[in-house]
Amino acid sequence: MGASDFQAVIGLEVHGQLLTESKIFCGCSTRFGAAPNANTCPVCLGMPGSLPVLNAKVVEFAVRAGVALGCRINERSIWSRKNYFYPDLPKGYQISQYDLPLCEHGALVIDVDGVEKRIGIRRIHLEEDAGKNIHDAGGGESLVDLNRAGVPLTEIVSEPDLRSSEEAGEYLKALRDVLVYLGVNDGNLEEGSFRCDANVSVMRRGATEFGTRAELKNINSFRFVRQAIDYEIARQVALLESGGKVLQQTRLWDPSRGETRSMRSKEEAHDYRYFPEPDLPPLLVPEGMVERERTELPELPREKLQRFQADFSLSAYDARILVADRALADFFEAVWKHYGGSAKKLANWFTGELQRLLNEEGAGLGTLKFPPQHFAELLKLVDAAEVSANAAKDVFAEMFRTGQPPRSIVDARGLGLEKDTTAVEVVVDAVLAANPEEVAKYRAGKKQVLGFLVGQVLKGMKGKGNPAQVNALLKARLGE
Amino acid sequence: MKLTREQVRHVATLAHLALSPEEEAKMQEQLSAILEAVETLRELDTAAVEPTSHAASAVGGWREDTVQPSLPAEKALANAPARVGTSFAVPRILE
Amino acid sequence: MKLTDLSLLELGRRLAAGEASSVEAVQACLERIRRLDGRVKAFLLVDEKGALAQAEAADARRRSGTPKGPLDGVPVALKDLFCTEGLATTAGSRILEGFVPPFDATVVQLLKAAGLPILGKLNMDEFAMGSSTENSAYFPSANPWDLTRSPGGSSGGSAAAVSARFAFGALGTDTGGSIRQPAALTGTVGLKPTYGRVSRYGVVAFASSLDQVGPLARTVGDAAALLQVLAVHDARDSTSSREVAPDYLRHLDAGVDGLRLGMPREYFEVEGLDPEVRSAVEAAAAAYQKLGATLVPISLPHTKYALATYYLVAPAEASSNLARYDGVRYGLRVAAPGLREMYAQTRGRGFGPEAKRRIMLGTYALSAGYYDAYYLKAQKVRTLIRQDFAQAWQKVDAILAPTAPTTAFKLGEKVGDPLAMYANDIFTLPCSLAGLPGMSLPCGFSRAGLPIGLQLLGKPFDEATVLRVGRAFEKAHDFVRVPPVGGA
Repeated sequence: MGASDFQAVIGLEVHGQLLTESKIFCGCSTRFGAAPNANTCPVCLGMPGSLPVLNAKVVEFAVRAGVALGCRINERSIWSRKNYFYPDLPKGYQISQYDLPLCEHGALVIDVDGVEKRIGIRRIHLEEDAGKNIHDAGGGESLVDLNRAGVPLTEIVSEPDLRSSEEAGEYLKALRDVLVYLGVNDGNLEEGSFRCDANVSVMRRGATEFGTRAELKNINSFRFVRQAIDYEIARQVALLESGGKVLQQTRLWDPSRGETRSMRSKEEAHDYRYFPEPDLPPLLVPEGMVERERTELPELPREKLQRFQADFSLSAYDARILVADRALADFFEAVWKHYGGSAKKLANWFTGELQRLLNEEGAGLGTLKFPPQHFAELLKLVDAAEVSANAAKDVFAEMFRTGQPPRSIVDARGLGLEKDTTAVEVVVDAVLAANPEEVAKYRAGKKQVLGFLVGQVLKGMKGKGNPAQVNALLKARLGE
Repeated sequence: MKLTREQVRHVATLAHLALSPEEEAKMQEQLSAILEAVETLRELDTAAVEPTSHAASAVGGWREDTVQPSLPAEKALANAPARVGTSFAVPRILE
Repeated sequence: MKLTDLSLLELGRRLAAGEASSVEAVQACLERIRRLDGRVKAFLLVDEKGALAQAEAADARRRSGTPKGPLDGVPVALKDLFCTEGLATTAGSRILEGFVPPFDATVVQLLKAAGLPILGKLNMDEFAMGSSTENSAYFPSANPWDLTRSPGGSSGGSAAAVSARFAFGALGTDTGGSIRQPAALTGTVGLKPTYGRVSRYGVVAFASSLDQVGPLARTVGDAAALLQVLAVHDARDSTSSREVAPDYLRHLDAGVDGLRLGMPREYFEVEGLDPEVRSAVEAAAAAYQKLGATLVPISLPHTKYALATYYLVAPAEASSNLARYDGVRYGLRVAAPGLREMYAQTRGRGFGPEAKRRIMLGTYALSAGYYDAYYLKAQKVRTLIRQDFAQAWQKVDAILAPTAPTTAFKLGEKVGDPLAMYANDIFTLPCSLAGLPGMSLPCGFSRAGLPIGLQLLGKPFDEATVLRVGRAFEKAHDFVRVPPVGGA
């Protein structure tokens, strides 16, 4: 038997930090990078007598995610305490949701090799993040920083509907894109604001019951998700084929070795003793919130991608680049509305000049100094042969730098193409007179010489020449 | 319901309580007596009864998402049994 | 009459009239504490400097005609369960020895905002777990009526301090009777408000769904005046009620004419109810009849299940609430080479026997395989107990019952037998489980000269009626007395 006799069954648990200013149960800042414990107060330090008060924005964000993922939003959900001891968990319990989560029964559609696949979302619940233990301090001590303790998280649990590491990767990307589009998460795996655990099991093809699963932790990049799952599938298959048994356990992905290994149990016995959190009344979603979120839901990345390809006749490649960033896609549409020309040409400007300048400056779209109309105007100038494509790049760079309208830049710098035919003819005649050999070759049938002559004329006109016009005039003079 | 010594040890492990052998013996006896006393609840048929998990009838108010000042680090760490800089220090965590 | 013998309201009136000063009142209290607290041992910490400074400020406000309120300058004291900024807060436990909170509990802020100087922190059973103060990690307190006896608990220090005239009032907390039972045993008035009436922010938690802050005072009027200061919505406590508190003093003297008072059959059938307590409570009932109230026999059929229910729910919540005492951020740490050892040693040595017992019991009741049979079952029975009361309120305006089954018991008498100690709470637990307001007030003395408490229970957020009913009795039969404090 080989690996192909086995079918992998994968479910993902994704923890996404909600982009609030303050923590879920207190007013401390959620910002990264502060000195250890600078963002703490009696509540998130777990001081005696402190009590949690829910951040309203957290509910709004989670409901938005639930609506976008097609979930049922429970009007009433319950907070529970998950009890375990760890230095990064100041109260000795994590406030989470257990029996009755905020959202249930949703789905996310992904594309696998051009085929649509619906991945069920079992539940979305809210919880608080733990702090950070730093283990590599010298002197036999570990250090505890509670700045992250109480940062709001949504946990999004998929059904075990994924069948390969590729599907898992697609699902994870699609989920991240949705959350980022909604403005509720920044999608940053590396910084830990978007984290993923994977439940992986294998079963013989045709079997009806899932195998025993292992939970993989510490998967903090898209590449690792695929590597870790593939490693784990291979490990389990090898184990089963050699007559062994898969143990239900938590395994840590070790990226430096490219393997998963069993974690020494964090809590000796996994008995979290969940019970309803008495300090927080049931979470009642305010009337109208679900409806409002539904109405105000933005177009989601998948739909936008399909629409961009259909409406603008863009390639999947171009559309993906534009849609990857909601602000970029919105800006594209805004420019296009004023432009109305070739969407492909516009897309080239976006994937070319605009991206290049933004990258060079390390800037975001939010810092652009010019409005979409100006961008559209520049393209119209090019289309109308009033500015050469090359000169237009200079104009664009200056727009980017100064925010001046394209027309004033063209005028001020004299970048407009020469429209006076007489003036062009003067240069054409001069070039022909200065290059008798090339003229002779042309007349002898070496038509490719024309390119050289056009270049000479344009050079003579110092960038103001319209190549098409020059081309036509040369041909006329050369007797065609 | 009589608790075994093993059960007492397991619960003490979950609760992170070091108990002396004498304490374990006493705990076994006393907890068993208490659990026996609470057996009386079994007389009641509660199949159709909703649990009271929350005492307050009022809906809790929520906070606006605004940042409030945190404690100065010196106050946050003033009671720390051990610290390094502005971090709490604990015996090395072995994973 | 000595200054310390005045009621809190009377002292307030004299301060307002300029007939006494807050500094005098504080000094009189401090003098009495110095002289007598060696016997009573009500205080864990006396903050002389702080109290005097607050008194001076209060006097200055009175002189300039800008008092903070009617109680500005009236000294009180706090059970050591309330976080006080800059003042050690132990919860009666070794594990919090030396802990100095960086913030004030909301109720402490409210007292300060009303101008009441705080004399210090009062002894209590560790983490409010107990009925005698013998579970204090520091020392037991004595009952001012008989120093060989317990003042009750867990707010025993608060009750003893008010009874012994060390303070004009005190704050306690009541989870299963911890204000009412010590009030009964010390001849004071103790009021547990409706769950949610008073903020729990900054109150070291025992059992979050049951804990409630309330006053211990010398008279019903004093209790009403203190409740007025405390009954304010707090945005920092999600279980704090938004209901605006009425003026508790306004209808205090309205009497009981026409009110229906329920007499729950089950409370008077309890085995172990001291005949002297029973007859004093029945005499109080008869007195109410004379005052124009109607006595209505009622049944609260699930009363006998309250003890079992409480001793599953409260320890379960406590086992989780006490997990934060882990030696990492504050309080005791017992050095050990590994983290797990540090946790176990710190908690093993930091908690006393009762706290450990309840942590163990609660951990067990929540653990895998036992949750449904114990914790969930208890929460369901709790619903039945609440329903008992809901039905009673259709027929009566308030309920009348004993507070504790006996008068003050000897120190050491029950300390080795947890179940006997727990049985002290049988009359106070149902009210706690139902989240109702309850008050104990003196209704007589035993032949041995020990105070007996009468318990009044009210509808949710109807503290006003409870106080009014209590006041009617107190007016007709004044049992407010100064205890002998060992013959001093």
